[in-house]
Amino acid sequence: MADPMKIRATLKGGGLADVRVLMNHPMETGLRKDADGKIVPQHFIQEVTVRVNGKAVIEGQISQAVSRNPVFSFRLKGVKAGDRLEISWLDNRGESNRTETAIA
Amino acid sequence: MQAMLAAALWPKRALAAGWNKDAFQAKTAADALKSIGAGSAAPSPDVVIDAPEIAENGAVVPIEITSNVPGTRSIAVVIDKNPFPLAAKFDFLDGAVPFVKVNVKMGESSNIRVIAEAGGRHYAAMKEVKVTIGGCGG
Repeated sequence: MADPMKIRATLKGGGLADVRVLMNHPMETGLRKDADGKIVPQHFIQEVTVRVNGKAVIEGQISQAVSRNPVFSFRLKGVKAGDRLEISWLDNRGESNRTETAIA
Repeated sequence: MQAMLAAALWPKRALAAGWNKDAFQAKTAADALKSIGAGSAAPSPDVVIDAPEIAENGAVVPIEITSNVPGTRSIAVVIDKNPFPLAAKFDFLDGAVPFVKVNVKMGESSNIRVIAEAGGRHYAAMKEVKVTIGGCGG
């Protein structure tokens, strides 16, 4: 079970908001070897979706080249205090996670 | 023309969301760019990459990308010398600014290319990042 995401959405005025999200994920490339010299299998997030009030605003596809425990910053427009921000991810093993917060 | 041909050959990709396996498994930057229909991107000063000149740790290289091209719908990040050069592609729908900041891994010093798509055309920017310790294993 994946650890919860940390998410922060801050209104900047003019309907803009900065979003920062931290995802706990090993982002294994499939190239790394463990202490016993065995290849650690690929395990990485492939899809990231940002929704505002249920509507997708950013759809991201990422590879194993994104660093371990990915941190993303995004910028939204046309938002206001209290809008519901939801971020979700799906990885190559079909594991997923989702979190939401109110824009403040 | 190339984009039209790609759309005709793989109509599913143009319509369906989801992870673009062919593009992410491409082993050269040229193939990755072709797979996302950006084989003929033109250099543009409106695509801005903020990344360090020298990254001490290739496992965590912070990059910040902005497209000032009006009507930008997507931004792709390609790291030429990584084993699989396409690192990420973000689609921006109504309600999002075409901006993203993310940390990426770099196996060695390489050019980073950013391709923005607007109105069916592709606009590119490139920046070289020198890596002191590679991050491919991490």
